[in-house]
Amino acid sequence: MNEDDLDRMKKLLQQALPPVKGDSEPRQDLWPAMLRRLNTRPAAQALTGRNWFDGALAFGLLGLAAFFPASIPVVLYYL
Amino acid sequence: MQNGESGVLNQFQRGDAAAFEVLFHQHQRAVYGWILRITRNPAAAEELTIETFWRIFSAYARFDAARGFEGWARRIATRAALDWLRARRTEGELSTEMLGEVAAPAEADPAVTAEIRRKTAMAFSRLPPKLRIAATLAVIEEQPQKDVAAALGVSVAAVKLRVFRALRLLRKDLERQGITP
Repeated sequence: MNEDDLDRMKKLLQQALPPVKGDSEPRQDLWPAMLRRLNTRPAAQALTGRNWFDGALAFGLLGLAAFFPASIPVVLYYL
Repeated sequence: MQNGESGVLNQFQRGDAAAFEVLFHQHQRAVYGWILRITRNPAAAEELTIETFWRIFSAYARFDAARGFEGWARRIATRAALDWLRARRTEGELSTEMLGEVAAPAEADPAVTAEIRRKTAMAFSRLPPKLRIAATLAVIEEQPQKDVAAALGVSVAAVKLRVFRALRLLRKDLERQGITP
């Protein structure tokens, strides 16, 4: 594809899909929706919560393996 | 004013929620406008603006105040829009939303019929999202290539290559339909 072909394709694409107006803005202030999102799932809590859960799960599995070695194949089977 | 702005950025970097609110109000319109250029769907652009700011809020610890907020926000917005395009890659969904936008431009070329415009828009919607987003921003929206490169997190050369590949694939698709651009 040479430069002329490229220019033709660019023009065709611009004809098919005219640019969106640059001054577009949301239909309403999005802050209330943002607040709802933040209240539903606070970022820091979500991260901290997941780390805490992962740690507890790993600790529990290690304890199980230490006290009941026979459970290791069972755990591995279900992983 | 500059001190005030950098103060807000520094506060945000430390996870200050009030600073986040200030930044949201300052930048929501720009972020929305950028996403709308990519998605061409106002409802999706609003949703993705919130998603973008959610990601921004979650990643405050990685924010570098010295490099400014706008470029960082734009990069996150572009990634969110790309995820959205990938998730909605089925032709049915895309064609419906894009056809709503396929109105004749003010200075329409009479040789380009409505049918050709429709087929071109449909073919464009079938391109891989990574190529489509580069062509949308660089060709349709005529954004500077360095801005597109920064938003996509790639080099200017990579943007040029993606645009070239997008146009070549588009041309092949149209040729298969009997349209010679």
